Amino acid sequence: MKTIIKLQDVWKTYHMDEVDVTALAGINVEIRGGEFVAVVGPSGSGKSTSMNMIGCLDIPTKGKVFLEGKDISRMSESGLAQIRGRKIGFVFQTFNLINTLTALDNVMLPMTFQNMSRGKRLKIAKSLLTKVGLGERVDHLPGELSGGERQRVAIARALSNNPEVVLADEPTGNLDSKTGKEIMDVLCNLNKKEKKTIVMVTHDNSLTKYAQRVIRIKDGKNVGG
Amino acid sequence: MIFDFFIYSFNSLKARKTRTLLTMVGIFIGIAAVVSLISLGSGFQKAVTAQFSNLGTDMLTVQAAETGFGPPGSTALTKLTNDDFNAVKKVSGVKTVAKRYIRAVNIKFREKSLVNAMSSLPPDEGARDLMLTSLNLEIEEGRWLKTEDKFKVVLGSSFAQDKFSRPIHKGDKVKINDVGFEVVGILVRAGSPQFNDMVLVNEPILEDLLEVEDEMDLMVVQVSNANEIEKVARNMEKTLRKSRDVEEGKENFNIETPQKLVESFTAVLDVVAVILIGIAAISLVVGGIGIMNTMYTAVLERTQEIGIMKSIGATNNDILSIFLMESGMLGLIGGAIGVFLGASFSKLVEVGAAVALGPSVLVADVSLGLVIGSLSFSFLIGTVSGILPAKQASSLQPVDALRK
Repeated sequence: MKTIIKLQDVWKTYHMDEVDVTALAGINVEIRGGEFVAVVGPSGSGKSTSMNMIGCLDIPTKGKVFLEGKDISRMSESGLAQIRGRKIGFVFQTFNLINTLTALDNVMLPMTFQNMSRGKRLKIAKSLLTKVGLGERVDHLPGELSGGERQRVAIARALSNNPEVVLADEPTGNLDSKTGKEIMDVLCNLNKKEKKTIVMVTHDNSLTKYAQRVIRIKDGKNVGG
Repeated sequence: MIFDFFIYSFNSLKARKTRTLLTMVGIFIGIAAVVSLISLGSGFQKAVTAQFSNLGTDMLTVQAAETGFGPPGSTALTKLTNDDFNAVKKVSGVKTVAKRYIRAVNIKFREKSLVNAMSSLPPDEGARDLMLTSLNLEIEEGRWLKTEDKFKVVLGSSFAQDKFSRPIHKGDKVKINDVGFEVVGILVRAGSPQFNDMVLVNEPILEDLLEVEDEMDLMVVQVSNANEIEKVARNMEKTLRKSRDVEEGKENFNIETPQKLVESFTAVLDVVAVILIGIAAISLVVGGIGIMNTMYTAVLERTQEIGIMKSIGATNNDILSIFLMESGMLGLIGGAIGVFLGASFSKLVEVGAAVALGPSVLVADVSLGLVIGSLSFSFLIGTVSGILPAKQASSLQPVDALRK
């Protein structure tokens, strides 16, 4: 399988209250197409920062980030936004839906930023919501949906631009265990049936059983692996 | 995409109705003020111009220089005299000259008496015609004064109807400075209130009654050729300087051509308009600051939303457009409400003026240009006020924004 994302000796230092905090200290990660990878570590280990790097939400202080072989560590914010919109789908712990928009509009929004026609967006969004089991609830606002339903909307949104990678940050963190399992099943299905690359960041060791490969992080560095 | 952003921004405003409405108050008060001021001002200007054009373009008036406020001519230091009158008659290009008196008198009808201005009609046929054309008056009830009429009077419509315990009709007797007069005619209600309070008698009887000798309040002059009116006015000035024995630049009289009258009046109106628009502008600036404040709050409040949008592919320009559109819309909708309120207010004033002063005296002039101009301006205020907050929103780093 070809490498999609590669973090090569990546460092990230934050400047907080006149103290430099090192979140990543020379981490190396390689994600190959079609994989289901879990990035696991205790809180404060730098796993969220590494997820930001993998998701092109942030650029490293030192080191390189390659997306499909191209170094993106010096790209502008708008260039990164374009990459995020097309190549990466995000699923967050807190769902991060836009509360003033219906489920359907939330799923359509990433396609709007890619300048897709409204007809096409509608069609894709409806079929994605049907696929995650929300075909009947497309016109509901996030506030009218349960946690599990909201996370399903978020997964549909992550898939809207047909990205190669779905990046899930503690996707079950705000859900009860039964609903959490359902969401994990949706993610596993995406990986198995549609060959999507899934990168899941979690502190929950019990979720590693879903992954084909586990990357462990502690103090901003790889541990074993 | 722009249309989608438009819908998106509109929904954001709709989700926060109270704040949106309060923010727009500043803009719509300002725009309502501008629209009503401009439409009424322009209508008023037209009304004034129309009023003066009644005077005719071939007429001018001569008045002694005034010392203060009061009926025309009454506060002059050196009154116009018969010598001046005869000198003006001889100026080349002058067709007719009419004397005019406007004097305060005591008028009594039944038990009630009051003080009112009284004017005169000249005996000479040409001067009389000139006077009637220049005043543009018509009789509603009864007849005009004949030259041979002595103790007869013609009254303005409001004077006859409203001033006393019951309306005065033709044939009624009134006492002017304790002398009995018979009312022979009532005038048609006119646009100008000064004509509606008019009391008109023949010139000789006024001179007798008030013991006027060698003086007058006003001269109305008709020139033979309207195109030469300015030239005639200049010659007349020279003649009067001689007859009144004054040096150039120290004239104790004024010659008013219709054009000059309109110009001086519109100059006053312009000053008033500038002051009022200045006040409206302050309100608009305050409204703009209100929009800016609301947009800064919106950026703070929606930091996470901005982070989400960036994480799903929104570029800095997309975020900038969304927030600019939102602030532009605040301005535009506020402006639309303002245009509606302002236009309604001026129409209300128009109706009020029609009731109080007679129909079509003051017509509020709400032009398409004014509406489009106001809407564009309010949109511009909204957009400009939104620039800084929108820039702040678009420059947020996605990671920082998501963390909020």
